[in-house]
Amino acid sequence: MKRIDSPEDLEKLRRKLRSKKKTDKTTISVCVSTGCVALGSIKVLEAIKAELERQGLVETVNVKETGCLGFCEQGPRLSIHPKEICYFKVKPEDAQEIVSKTVIKGEVVERLLYKDPATGKVARRLDEIPFYRHQVRPLLANNERIDPKSINDYIALGGYEALAKALFKMTPEDVIEEIKRANLRGRGGGGFPTGIKWETTRKAPGHLKYVIVNCDEGDPGAFMDRSLMEGNPHSVLEGLIIGGYAIGAGEGFVYVREEYPLAAENITNAIRQAEEYGLLGENILGSGFNFKVRVHRGAGAFVSGESSALMNAIEGCIGEPRPKYVHTAVKGVWGRPSCLNNVKTWANIPLIILNGAEWFRKIGTEGSSGTAIFSLVGKVNNTGLVEVPMGITLRDLIYKIGGGIKDGKKFKAVQTGGPSGGFIPEQYLNLPVDFDELNRVGSMMGSGGMVVMDEDTCMVDAARFFIDFLLEESCGKCIPCREGLRVLSRILNDICEGKGVEEDVMIVEEIAETMRDASLCALGTTAANPVLTSLKYFRDEWDQHLKAKRCPAKACKALVNYYIEPEKCQACQLCRRECPTGAILGGVEQVHWIEQDKCVKCGSCYEACRFNAIVKLSGEPIPPPPPEGTKPVRRRGGR
Amino acid sequence: MSSLQLERVKAHERRPIRLQGVAAIVNRIVEEYGYDKSMLIQVLLRLQKSFSWLPMEMLLEVSKQLKVPLSQVYQIATFYKAFSLTPRGRHLVRVCMGTACKVRGATNILEKIQRVLKIERDETTPDGRFTLETINCAGCCALGPVITVDGEYHGNVKTHNVEKILEQYR
Repeated sequence: MKRIDSPEDLEKLRRKLRSKKKTDKTTISVCVSTGCVALGSIKVLEAIKAELERQGLVETVNVKETGCLGFCEQGPRLSIHPKEICYFKVKPEDAQEIVSKTVIKGEVVERLLYKDPATGKVARRLDEIPFYRHQVRPLLANNERIDPKSINDYIALGGYEALAKALFKMTPEDVIEEIKRANLRGRGGGGFPTGIKWETTRKAPGHLKYVIVNCDEGDPGAFMDRSLMEGNPHSVLEGLIIGGYAIGAGEGFVYVREEYPLAAENITNAIRQAEEYGLLGENILGSGFNFKVRVHRGAGAFVSGESSALMNAIEGCIGEPRPKYVHTAVKGVWGRPSCLNNVKTWANIPLIILNGAEWFRKIGTEGSSGTAIFSLVGKVNNTGLVEVPMGITLRDLIYKIGGGIKDGKKFKAVQTGGPSGGFIPEQYLNLPVDFDELNRVGSMMGSGGMVVMDEDTCMVDAARFFIDFLLEESCGKCIPCREGLRVLSRILNDICEGKGVEEDVMIVEEIAETMRDASLCALGTTAANPVLTSLKYFRDEWDQHLKAKRCPAKACKALVNYYIEPEKCQACQLCRRECPTGAILGGVEQVHWIEQDKCVKCGSCYEACRFNAIVKLSGEPIPPPPPEGTKPVRRRGGR
Repeated sequence: MSSLQLERVKAHERRPIRLQGVAAIVNRIVEEYGYDKSMLIQVLLRLQKSFSWLPMEMLLEVSKQLKVPLSQVYQIATFYKAFSLTPRGRHLVRVCMGTACKVRGATNILEKIQRVLKIERDETTPDGRFTLETINCAGCCALGPVITVDGEYHGNVKTHNVEKILEQYR
């Protein structure tokens, strides 16, 4: 690779790369991000390659391994350019048909297209799919066109143009001013204005300063940082270099959590490529600006995502937070000014520099500009990553993009912001989603995890889940957090087991208040949010647990019994075979029933039954087993 | 330059010429990271990845060669989840207990695996084949419930295909 020494050289390279692409060569892009890989996309990729070889098309067709496109539920996904045909749920066996039909003849393989379950309409292109139609995707759209391991792909699409613009046409102050005017707020969840943070670090005394990418996305239910880092690492890196220039930093860190090996691999590779091109290191693009970047791997600790804790980890110390009387922007890594931003914040920077603050402000709401990336998961039909303008209502997000609740069940709540956020009930479905509105109802944006819950989710159990999660993850340095979580966990576990008393609610509220006021870092101060919102919006569910010892959602194991409805049982023995304790009696042509004292309530039978004969009961008497002996069963259709 | 670099030079000078066994292994990695104290976590991660656990002998060696107090090495090795101070089995099974997986029934999956392998969480089967752990989010939330075996992801797991997945790992 030849070093690029000036913006003109970069432009020349870009033109060269683009003209190469224009030869109308067919490209098959296969998603190899974690989600699709879990569904077997590597095998699809191999099958496609083998098929191309068999048909002698290796020279004429490109195969590209790309990052996540968001619609993980429908993976493995591949798209064929320039015709822009999208196939979902592709299997290795489909390779032959795809190559001979679509690649050679240009015909569409109908059964691999996305079919709207509501209307039955088939979609050929992405924008015909409801999941994508309502999205605005400046950050994620390029994932489909870029091989994350190839810097040339990124450059051809206009990559590093913003860096050249910042270095040669703007002073560092101009860059900060532009970010401030754009009103970009921190995408890690806090929503602190990015421009002001940058300015603080720039103005802080000292020559050595650092910029840091926070890719320690520990929130359960969130994976947007991962997708961005895996699919388009150069966009994050470019943002970081621009930030380094604006802030006056000579060194940057990328902190990637242990659970994301592919993200770490891709960013390490991106750094190496950028160094070879002279886009990183000494005298970047001939501008005289020097900047280097190192990757730090996390080792599995949720609390290490907090800024001061993360900086401790970078120093090689234990990743615990410290009191922040002085902000990390002024005193961070090794006591030097350090500016830490989330992956998405950095990825937004090149877009703002290139398109201008006005463009950015036009997207989103007055208070929160730009787009937000959410991971829409849980009991919703279309799960995956969605990028939407701020201000979209929860209803649009869940019903228009998410396609509504799974299995036609009833919506109960949506959980945003991970363990620091809260549950939002049905009455707020028309709430526009942005930083301030979510705070208003007791939740928060967080890094963008959005878990939809239906009638089968118990809200007390869900609150307990977050408390138990945080109890495990708390570093234990400060007492309110360490002890508060321990007591909360004990109380909530008691309630879920039907051992709660009514006074518990008062104690829970008191602890929550203390933790909010006295904990050291955001983990402790926000830990009670899920509990408080659960209590506020779903008080009747708490009361049912406390007074009637009944779980209305039938999710709390200790309060639930399984029962086989004799009328529905087809005596097929499926549940009997699954039962680990032999609690199910009955046989061929004999109605089954469950011996309650042997049942461990594992739910295996419930999942195995194909006739919905097994029901859960909570707080109601269990009907006695069918009369002694046997009872023949009429089989449907008869054999 | 900074005191940091001065120290690196000193460390090089005092470096023993020939090392054997654990010392040599640790030395190879420590050297790669330039005897930099701030790389302590990275060094431990590399060792953990190669050996799947961190014997005390190794921690002592890291402490000696990086010139970091043993207490700090030990503190880090016990604080972070990625490190294990006891041997792990040949295959590491991790059940994701993130919100999205939990909502879709991860608890049942975990219990099923416990029944199949006849071990509890954080234990290893007597034949040394599997170690069972949980993680708080594998970042694969759209496919919940998810389990990973040796880093390979399995999405949309059902209780009745747990055995089939585990059977693939001998």
